Amino acid sequence: MEHITLLLGIVIVTALVFDFTNGFHDTANAMATTISTGALKPKTAVAMSAVLNLVGAFLSVEVAKTISGGIVNEDGLKTEVIFAALVGAILWNLLTWLVGLPSSSSHALFGGLIGAAVMSMGWSSINGGTVVTKILIPAIAAPLVAGIAATLATRLTYRIGRNTDTKATAKGYRTGQIASAGLVSLAHGTNDAQKTMGIITLALITGGVLNPGANPPMWVIVSAGVAIALGTYLGGWRIIRTMGKGLTDLAPQQGFAAQTSAATAILASSHIGFSLSTTQVCSGAVMGAGLGRKGGVVRWSTATRMFVAWGLTLPAAGLVGAGAEFLTKQGPWGVGATAALLVIGSAVIWTLSRRNAVDHTNVADDEIGAAPAAEPAGVVTTAMAAVTPPPTGSAVASADVDFVKATIASPTGTAADPARPATV
Amino acid sequence: MNIDWAALGSVFGVSLAVTVALVGLFTLGIVALSKRETATSGAATPATASSAGSAPMAARTGAYVCFALCAAAVAYGIYLIVA
Repeated sequence: MEHITLLLGIVIVTALVFDFTNGFHDTANAMATTISTGALKPKTAVAMSAVLNLVGAFLSVEVAKTISGGIVNEDGLKTEVIFAALVGAILWNLLTWLVGLPSSSSHALFGGLIGAAVMSMGWSSINGGTVVTKILIPAIAAPLVAGIAATLATRLTYRIGRNTDTKATAKGYRTGQIASAGLVSLAHGTNDAQKTMGIITLALITGGVLNPGANPPMWVIVSAGVAIALGTYLGGWRIIRTMGKGLTDLAPQQGFAAQTSAATAILASSHIGFSLSTTQVCSGAVMGAGLGRKGGVVRWSTATRMFVAWGLTLPAAGLVGAGAEFLTKQGPWGVGATAALLVIGSAVIWTLSRRNAVDHTNVADDEIGAAPAAEPAGVVTTAMAAVTPPPTGSAVASADVDFVKATIASPTGTAADPARPATV
Repeated sequence: MNIDWAALGSVFGVSLAVTVALVGLFTLGIVALSKRETATSGAATPATASSAGSAPMAARTGAYVCFALCAAAVAYGIYLIVA
């Protein structure tokens, strides 16, 4: 029994780590436009978002009863499978953060879970139809819904306000934007912190610590809320930069229209019951607002990289999840090896991120200093330079799309491969 | 495989209508407030002071009505999150 308790402990810690990456990955959804239009200072924005995420975690009592909502057959799901799924999701979240691309944390989790479940129980454990209805269709619908709404709203607000002084109205728009961003943060805390609570509760039930159908203990709620809030406060500055600056240039009017459309679409979708990914809704809203202004541009090279990342989320997280599950199946040493690989992979990604750091001081700048040229350019550095969102305004060759596939595939693959953990 | 087109359609319709309505309302409020400011500064000249007295008042009231409706929408949003 000692072994099970240890595994359970690892799963709980990993779930909290996932919650943390989820927080800093998704700060951009609420705060990217707020920061780039100057409505709030970067640190103030992430602090506000963190507090609202924490509040959101305590607001709703209804904790997710399943991890995947029917995508994977979760009867008899083993604790190690949950662990493998989390490893896949965390590594994918970190990797997309490294290249600064917004991608859905929930989809990463689903991908990891699908991969791990297939490795553990075979293809029959996956409901293919649910994958289409819950992931593929929403992924196409989300940016369209929010984007069209944001485009029309931007046009309208420019039209109504065309005879006014932009300086006089900017303050009002910023206030409105802060309110919308607050709603997005609150909704995020409620949804995503609960997902982690659901995972931990499920693991506790599977491990026999809780009775089936039990509510999560207080410490689970508190730790999940704190983990997501800490992650949010740390701020995924790279993704914030891409969303607030990389996709398009936002004036206060556009920022307000984008954030309002995002908040509305998120609340409408969760209320009506056709759930859309927060990340995809927000990215779509930003692009829509970019298109809505006369003379506004959307940088399609960055947008294309983002779409590619969305398409890769499920298979890539799935591959890592499957690899992790393959290892954990080997017994306790496999679990240990997977945990070690997770730590190594995360450390490598963090080290790489230091080479071209984006933080609260330069997140809204127009240019970020080019990577030091003196450094010998390894494969990863070169490829990273190719996939890092370009400084505003510079053109990027379309060949980058191929690069993103190459880079994204290689470090995850390496991290999942026990034979060569240090070659990333 | 069962795609809930009705739900998707209503998400689309509701998002579109609510977003456009809210942004429109809020913009009207902002525009009305900024008109009031220009009107008040214009009213400083004695000739227009008497005639411009009621217009800023109406603009201000209109602006507050707009903002109140937006605040109500935010409150409903919070209610949806909590419920």
